[in-house]
Amino acid sequence: MARYSGLRVLTEGLRGNSGWKPAWRKAAPRPSYDVIVVGGGGHGLATAFYLASVHGITNVAVVERGLVGQGNTGRNTTIVRSNYLFPENNHFYEHALKLWEGLEQSLNYNVMMSQRGVINLFHNDAQRNAALRRGNSMRLNGIDAELLDRDGVKAMCPIVDLDNGRYPVMGGLLQRRGGTARHDAVAWGFAHAADARGVDIIEHCEVTGMIVEGGAIQGLRTTRGEIRAPKVGLAVAGSTSTLTAMAGFDVPIETHLLQAFVSEGLKPLIDCVVTFGAGHFYVSQSDKGGLVFGGGLDGYPSYGQRGTLPTAEHVYAAGVSMIPALGRLRGLRSWAGVMDMTPDGSPYICKTPVRGLYMTAGWCYGGFKATPGSGWCHAWTIAKDAPHRLNAAHTLDRFREGRMLDERGNGPFFWAQ
Amino acid sequence: MLRIPCPHCGARDEVEFTYRGDATVARPAPDAGTDAFHDYLYLRRNPRGWQVEWWQHHGGCRAFLKVLRHTVTHEVRGVVTATGALEAPQA
Repeated sequence: MARYSGLRVLTEGLRGNSGWKPAWRKAAPRPSYDVIVVGGGGHGLATAFYLASVHGITNVAVVERGLVGQGNTGRNTTIVRSNYLFPENNHFYEHALKLWEGLEQSLNYNVMMSQRGVINLFHNDAQRNAALRRGNSMRLNGIDAELLDRDGVKAMCPIVDLDNGRYPVMGGLLQRRGGTARHDAVAWGFAHAADARGVDIIEHCEVTGMIVEGGAIQGLRTTRGEIRAPKVGLAVAGSTSTLTAMAGFDVPIETHLLQAFVSEGLKPLIDCVVTFGAGHFYVSQSDKGGLVFGGGLDGYPSYGQRGTLPTAEHVYAAGVSMIPALGRLRGLRSWAGVMDMTPDGSPYICKTPVRGLYMTAGWCYGGFKATPGSGWCHAWTIAKDAPHRLNAAHTLDRFREGRMLDERGNGPFFWAQ
Repeated sequence: MLRIPCPHCGARDEVEFTYRGDATVARPAPDAGTDAFHDYLYLRRNPRGWQVEWWQHHGGCRAFLKVLRHTVTHEVRGVVTATGALEAPQA
């Protein structure tokens, strides 16, 4: 398949754009593969891409219930960052961020990665101390972090109301290498690059059962027939419990709703990602000009992929508190994704009680930024039948062993993470 | 948008209530062992369908209630007090 390049855009333009081909094949399922990945979102396609490109395993199928990239990959606020407190998490997310930095070259696909900086605002002494602690933890692990004072925030994001009557802004923790990427292009890019290496991407193929014999996975029953494989990886945010139930075990996950919103298009207004410290609100501006923003969970389990109005109202209110000018804007669209919420807010990239069955799951509402890292570690775990050191802590057994990765210290409440 | 018929206060808007988890999870006996307590604290059925759940009516009578709710359609089909019996329909 011909590579994408600036020169090719030019020459295709001169030839009436008649030479473009679909970015990936519409594959039909074969009877067996070496590895099947369930879920054609960013994480599943990234798993297939790294299986092929890093481990040389190309006899791989990705099965997807609907269309590529129309689950949570297409339903997030596109933020990429690695500003985590605990070493187990910040090493993992930093690895993901480094993959993001070279992603367009390794995929030969423009994912519009924009390292425009992520600022987390703080509003009181305790929040400042927590931000300092997190920033120091990041810097000790070789990750960039800067503490901004009030003037620093004002210089970088002047639209924020620093003198909010109830929650005046004291400063912010900045990660300059954080930013945004074009979420759909991430799915398309991984699909394109995985397909080019021989991976079959099979859309409209829903898993209806798992074939488990003697405690080991043998394959899947799907709406397009039975497909056999000695190894199966799950990357099915929101539906992980449904699939593990087919394999005969429960996981520490509850499925919750998270909404995201886009305003009408504007001229450039916010050129970084900024999050409110006094409420759950984060915002950036897309290349089309719409403000992309979100908040917290709707608060109760749902597979419905549609949000409710009280949460929408709460998110808008938090936004207007942080940036009063938003009050003049109209919301254009809103949507909801279904999140695998875990008891400690951290994910699972691990083996499971069924031999040959692996998962990348439990991404709560931080899965997008992890996409390449999740796929990379999941592929390693599948290929070697053992975790890489970057995901060795992200197991299903960590609660049994007293190793929770609870960044927020909220305790084992799925809906509070 | 949910409307939950509280047995004490009548039908009220969801903003008066707080979800407090799966109500079918029962605390094991004190000597049941660490595996039983692990499962109690962390493992969930997480059904795609009917679920019996705890909700607290914080904006009303403040009581904990059991609510039968569908996790795809959000339909609320039954509400009883904390000691009442409420079971999810099969499949």
